[in-house]
Amino acid sequence: MKIDWKAYQTNGFFDELIDAQGNIRSHGKQLAQFFAGLSEEELIKARAVADLAIKEMGITFTVYNEGNMIDRAWPFDIIPRTIGKKEWQSVEVGLKQRVEALNLFIDDLYHDQKIIKDGVFPKGLLEKSINFRTQCVGINPPNKIWAHICGSDLVRDGNGTMYVLEDNLRVPSGVSYMLENRSVMKRVFPELFEQATILPVDDYPSQLFDMLAAMSPRKQDKPEVVVLTPGVFNSAYFEHCYLAQEMGCELVEGRDLVVEKDDCVYMRTITGLQRVDVIYRRIDDLFLDPEAFLPESQLGVPGLMRAWSKGNVALVNAPGAGVADDKVVYAYVPEIIKYYLGEEAKLENVPTFKCLDPKECDHVIKNIDKLVVKPANESGGYGLLIGPKSTKKEQQETIAQIKADPRNWVAQPTLDLSTVPTLDGTQVDGRHADLRPFILSSGKDTQITTGGLTRVAMVKGSLVVNSSQGGGSKDTWIVDEEA
Amino acid sequence: MLSRVGETLYWVARYVERAENVARLINVNNMLMMDLPKGVCTGWEPLIDIIGARKAYQENHTDYSEQKALRYLLVGSDNNSSILNSIISARESARTIRDVIPRDVWEEINSLYYYVKDNQKEGLTKRGRFAYLKQIIESAHLIFGALDATINHDHGFTFIRFGSLIERADMTSRILDIRSETLITSDEAKPFENIQWISLLRSLSAYQMYRQEMGVRVQRSDVLEFVMHSEVFPRSIMFCLMELKKQVSVLPNSKGIIDLIEIAIKELKSEEVRQLKNGFLHKYIDQIQIELAGIHNELAQTYFLKPAE
Repeated sequence: MKIDWKAYQTNGFFDELIDAQGNIRSHGKQLAQFFAGLSEEELIKARAVADLAIKEMGITFTVYNEGNMIDRAWPFDIIPRTIGKKEWQSVEVGLKQRVEALNLFIDDLYHDQKIIKDGVFPKGLLEKSINFRTQCVGINPPNKIWAHICGSDLVRDGNGTMYVLEDNLRVPSGVSYMLENRSVMKRVFPELFEQATILPVDDYPSQLFDMLAAMSPRKQDKPEVVVLTPGVFNSAYFEHCYLAQEMGCELVEGRDLVVEKDDCVYMRTITGLQRVDVIYRRIDDLFLDPEAFLPESQLGVPGLMRAWSKGNVALVNAPGAGVADDKVVYAYVPEIIKYYLGEEAKLENVPTFKCLDPKECDHVIKNIDKLVVKPANESGGYGLLIGPKSTKKEQQETIAQIKADPRNWVAQPTLDLSTVPTLDGTQVDGRHADLRPFILSSGKDTQITTGGLTRVAMVKGSLVVNSSQGGGSKDTWIVDEEA
Repeated sequence: MLSRVGETLYWVARYVERAENVARLINVNNMLMMDLPKGVCTGWEPLIDIIGARKAYQENHTDYSEQKALRYLLVGSDNNSSILNSIISARESARTIRDVIPRDVWEEINSLYYYVKDNQKEGLTKRGRFAYLKQIIESAHLIFGALDATINHDHGFTFIRFGSLIERADMTSRILDIRSETLITSDEAKPFENIQWISLLRSLSAYQMYRQEMGVRVQRSDVLEFVMHSEVFPRSIMFCLMELKKQVSVLPNSKGIIDLIEIAIKELKSEEVRQLKNGFLHKYIDQIQIELAGIHNELAQTYFLKPAE
C-alpha cells in the first residue's frame, strides 16, 4: 500500500510533519509528496538499499553485551525529519547564546567564581559537583574557551515549543552519523535532492578542523592536529575514525603519544618523535592523564595535563568543561545567561524546579506523582523517580530524601515528545524523536551544524532514543522554503 | 606516519594476501583431486601442513576428510589461518586505521568479510566452491589494485607492499616444501607426477608464466628454478626478496633490514636449486623461512610500536 498522509494519526502529539488538523507542514510538502508517490515495492527496495549501504559503508556502533563487543549496523529510517529554515535560524541564535554563556561560566568557576560571590549560583552545588576538576583551577585555555564542541539535546513538547533537554560538554558524539545519514540518503533517493531545497550538512569536518587548528599554541601554517581515541572497543570508535579521516589528521591512541622533558606532546612515528599541537580528545577527563587523574588509566598519556597547563598543547574540549553539564547546573542556565550576558534565554529550558528554593520544593512534593524527580549529582538514571509510573511508597521515600537534602534535587514535568513519521514495515507511524545539533566555538566565531542528528525511538510509544537501547536515526533536513 | 599505523598496514596486507593464497591453494587441490586416481591422491592433509597447523588440527579432528579439512581451512574458528579468520583479522586491523585507508578499500575489505561469512555454505559444497573461492581471490586482487591506484605511495604504502611480499614469499616456500615432498624422491618420472607439478604451479598462479618463461615441458628442476629463482615472476622467492629490498630502501634507518635481505638474496642466488632433492630441499626451505622471519623481526624492531616499558 502506498503512503496515505490523510490516514496518518498524530494521536494528540505534536508531529514534525503533520499538524493537528491533518495538514502537511509547509517545510515538509515536497518530502510528503515524494513519499506518497512511491509504490510499496519502491519503499521496500529503498529500505533494502539503505540497509545495504550502511552495511557496506561499515557505519556501525559498538555495544558491549555479555562480555562481547558487538559491532552493530546503524539503525536508520529512510523518511527524513524536516525543519523550516526560519525556525532553525532562531534555534541557532539561542544555541549560540547558550554556549557563549556556558563558556563564560566555566571560565569563571576555574578563576574568580564571581557568580558564586554575587550569590547567583550556590557555593554548595559546586562543592558537590563530580565534574569540577581542581587540577584545572587557574588555567587559561586559548580565547577562554573550555567547551569548544557542545552537543545540545533539543526536544519539543505537545505544543511544539522547542526546549533544550541537556547540554553535553564533555565528549559529545553523534555528528558522524548525522553526516553519514545524509550520504546514505543521497545514495538511496538521489532524485529527492534535485527537487527539494535542502541545506547541505557536509561543511562540518572542515569547520571542525579550522576551529581545532585555531587553538594551536604554535603559530604555523599547518599545526599538527590529532584525534585521540580510547581505541577500537569504544562505542564511538567509528566516529573517531570518521572525523580523523574527513579532517585528514592522525587518529592516535594514548600509547602513540608521549610527553617529553620539555613538557611538549609528541607522537611516535616511524621517523621518530613528532610534535603535536592540538588534541581533539575523545577520552573522558579521568582517563586523560594517569599522573593527574586515575593512576590506573591505560588510555591516557602521562604528563598530558602538565603539557596543557603550560600551554604547550591544546586539549579540546578542555578538561573540566563537564562541570557545566550537571543536571543541577542545567537548572541554572537561564540565570547564568542573564548573569554573564544580561539577556533573557532565547531557547527555553525544560521548566525545572529546584528543591533548594522552599517554594519550588513545596510544589515538587505536592505534585510528585506528575513530575520526573532527579538527584543532581547521580548519573545513569540512578535515584530517578518518574512520578506517573511510581508507587505511593516510592514517592514517600523520595520525598523523605528531598526533605533530608533539598539542594540535591530537581524536578521536571513529564514531556510529550514530538513525533516524526517513521516506516514500520510498510506502514508509516509516528515515533518520538529528539535532535542533537553541535555547536563549535573558537572564541572568535561560532558554527552550528545545519540541523543535527535526529534520534528516534523505533518502538511505538517508547521515549528511549539511545542507539544502544533500540533507538534509530534519520536524516535531518533544514528546508529553505523561500528558495 | 605513526608507528602503530605502519604496523597495522603491514598486517592488513599480510592477512589479505594469506586469505588469497589459501583460497587458491584449496581451489587447485580441488581440481587436482578430480584428476588423480584414489591411490595417488594425497587428499587434504598436505594443505593442513602447508599452513603449519597439523598439531592444532589434530587436537580437534580425527581424520582429514574433505568436509572436516575444508571447514577448517575455510571458516575454522580454531584455525588462525582459515580464510574467514584472516579476513576477520584484516578487517579488524583495517578498522583501527580506517582514517588512513581509502574509503573504497575499506568498503571492499568490509564487503569481503560479509561475503566470506555469509556464503560459507557455498564454499563447503562441491558445486559452490569454485565460485566462492574465485570471488575471494578476485576481491583480494581488487583490494590490492585499489590500494595501488588510490593510496599515496608514501611510507604507508611501503608497509603494505612489505606485508604482502613477505607473506607471499613465505607461502611460496611452504607450498614448495609440502607439495614437492611426495614428488621428489627420485629422478625417474612417476605416473601422474606431471600433473602434480602442474598443480603446484597452479597453486602459485605460475603455470602460464612458467610456460612463457621456461618452455613447454613441466619438469622438476625447471619448476624449482622458476619458483625460487625467477626474477620476473612476482610470486617467486627471488622476486619477492628483490622487491622487498627496493621497497624498504625508501624508509629511513633501513640499513639493518637491507643487509639481511641482501644476505638472503646472495645465498639464494648461489644455491643450485635445480639439484635439490627432497631432504635437502626441505632443509634449504627451512633456511629461507628463518631468513624471512629474521627480516620481519628486524622490521618490527626498527619501526613498529614497542610495548609499553
